[in-house]
Parts: sequence; C-alpha cells; structure tokens
Amino acid sequence: MIARHQAILFIVLLAASIAMGVGLWRQLDRAHQRLLNGVDSAPTQAPQVAPAERATLVVASDADNSLLAQVQTLPLPQDPGARARLILGKLLDLYAAPDAAHPVPGGAKSIAQVFLLPAPNLASSPTEPESGAPKPAEPKSEGPELAVVNLTGSFVASHPSGLETESLTVLSICGTLHANLPRVTQVRFLVDGQPRATLAGHADLTRTYLAADTVPSEGLHP
Amino acid sequence: MRLTKTALWKLPHLWALAAIVAAAQSTLALSVRLRSLLAARGFQVITTRESDSAVDSDRRAEIANRVNAQACLSLHGSETGSGVHLFASSLAPANPSRIPAWKTAQSAWVTRSLALAGVLNAALLHAGISVTLGRTALPAIDSMTCPAIAIEISPDQPANINAKTDLDDPGYQARVAEALAAALLEWKTEAHQP
Repeated sequence: MIARHQAILFIVLLAASIAMGVGLWRQLDRAHQRLLNGVDSAPTQAPQVAPAERATLVVASDADNSLLAQVQTLPLPQDPGARARLILGKLLDLYAAPDAAHPVPGGAKSIAQVFLLPAPNLASSPTEPESGAPKPAEPKSEGPELAVVNLTGSFVASHPSGLETESLTVLSICGTLHANLPRVTQVRFLVDGQPRATLAGHADLTRTYLAADTVPSEGLHP
Repeated sequence: MRLTKTALWKLPHLWALAAIVAAAQSTLALSVRLRSLLAARGFQVITTRESDSAVDSDRRAEIANRVNAQACLSLHGSETGSGVHLFASSLAPANPSRIPAWKTAQSAWVTRSLALAGVLNAALLHAGISVTLGRTALPAIDSMTCPAIAIEISPDQPANINAKTDLDDPGYQARVAEALAAALLEWKTEAHQP
C-alpha cells in the first residue's frame, strides 16, 4: 500500500511524461513535413574567398647580405593580425624553397601568431632595448603599432646559426611587416610564447626592433 | 658545434676573446693565427678561451670592458654566405654616460666601431677577399665599451669561380688573418694620430 501523496506525485509525473512525449512527437512530425516540403533552413554559409591583393615581401639574400622588396599577389584577409601572419608565412615559404637565396627551413607554419598592439613610446630612450614584456601604451586607434611575432620552437631550432643569416631573417620579417602594415613601427619576437635570448645563438631577440630602420628605401608599400 | 672568438685591443695592447661559432676548429685556428700575427707586431693578445668551452656573451663583454680596449673583434664562422661579413652594432649613436646601460653600452662607441669596420673592410678588400658590411643586434657587442666589430668568416667564393674555399683552408685563413692584422696595425697608427 502506497501513501496518498506518493500516488498523486506518480500521477503528475506520468501526465507530464505523456505531455512531453506528445509534444516531441508533434515537433518531429513538423520537422518531417519541412523536409518533405524542401525547406532549407541550414545555418551554414559558403566560406568567403579573400580577395587577392598586392603584398610586398622584403626578401633577404645571403650572397650579398641584401634585402630586396618583392611584390606578390596574395589572397589576404581583412584582419591585420591574420594578414600579417599570412604575409610572413609567404616570406618564410620563399626561404624554405630548395633554391632560396636565404635558405631557412620551416615555411609558413613557423609563424604561430602575430599580435598587433599600440606601440609603447620609446622616444625617451631611443637606443635602449626593452627587456621582458612590452609596456602597455595609451590605446590609439590610428597610432603606431607594435607587432609581436610568435615563432615556433621548431623554426628556431632548425634555423642556421650565423650572424648574417640570423640578422637577415629578423630584418626581413621586420621590413615585411612595416612594408605591408605601415603603422607597425616596432617589432618584438617570442618563441613558443616565451621570450628568448637569441634566434640561433647570435641575433638578439630580447630587444624591440624599429621596423622603419630595416626596410629598403624603394618600392615598399603595395 | 659552433665556435666564436672575440678580440680586444687597447693601445698598444690587443686582446682576443673567445665566444661561440660555427666550425669550432677553424675559428679557433684563425684566432691563434691572428694572435700570433698581432703579437709579432707588438700587440698584446688575450683570448677569452683557448679551447672548445662556452663563454657567455655577458662574460665576454665584461672582460672587454674591464681592460678598456680600443678595439674589440668578435670572430665567428658560418657556412652560409661567402667571404667575410663585418657587423657593427645596430644601436643608434649616443653620447657617452658615466654609467652606461649594460645592454646599450656600445651606443657611445658606434661611431668609432663603424670607423674600425671601414679600416677592416679596406684591408680585406685589398687582400682580395669579398666583404659584406652590416649592422646587427648582437648582445656581446652591444654591451662593449670599445670600438667593436663582429667578424663572420664564411667560405670564400671569388668571382667567376664556382667552387668555394672551405673555412678550414689554411691559405684562406692566412689571408684573412694577415688582412685583419694589417687593418689593426693601421687602426693603431690612426689612433696615435692627433
């Protein structure tokens, strides 16, 4: 013999179950009807193809320790950070090619991220390299920007060691960023998200590079 | 394993410091050869290392600054590129301060470093060695309070010749060492002039 309140609870739950079952059945029936009627309510959209634009790559050459501007047409996204990453990826693809003038293995996947931040003011100490994280600056919508390039550890591990080759890699990255994103005036480097002393034993990765000092004088902005 | 050497010179002395470079034996051999040539010309030479042992960049700069050298050469070897690459610090010139910042100490000496690079460049070209000049951010050089140049020796490839001369080639090393010694002798003479 069950208690009276338990019997009432059982009846209420049974009624609720039946009501929900009927509701689900009717929704299923309506969905089935929509399908039969050919109504397409799928939320997916075809991906947008980025328009091809001209990009300037500042390409290094070990033969004469030079940096030369090279214009290429690439499909570029609108987001500046993604745009910078894609352009730098193309630059490193050139270096990973078998007949590269500045051979460096790795290619496009060597650029993990590029972050664009308001540039800190270095005017008070123009020659002093920064150590540690960049100082936050007043946000300026149209002001100069600091690009933080996050390289992969595998790229750094496989980079040839040498003063010339390391310097050219760093300078060509800085120059390419400034050539395509003129507001980028300063560049810093991370490796797997962490500060690192040198690229492959020589080029300093702890300092802030002034991008405008690294670019060839002609044929830069696309 | 890479091996480098740094050389410092204070009139009438010259010191050579060791660091990290490519072909360890070739750079070490070049350093020994250069040191001998300089000693024969009346310079005193000190090396930061005589064997394949690591000396970090701060320590190299520390030794250089302590002896108050008038010329500092950092010798490196690399398999990339060709000829000799001369690099001065990429720091912007600045007025000397009584207590310079460690990471930018070279900024007060950049002008003199560029002058030293010019002398070295002329001597190497005169010896028929191809030279490329550049600026770089090298921690050891940036912390030195003396005219400082990083010298990277790569395999030699004269014009119109496809084959490269290896870094270990004694003849190539002798030409480079002779040219550097001649340049430093000229630098010393210039430094004596008013």
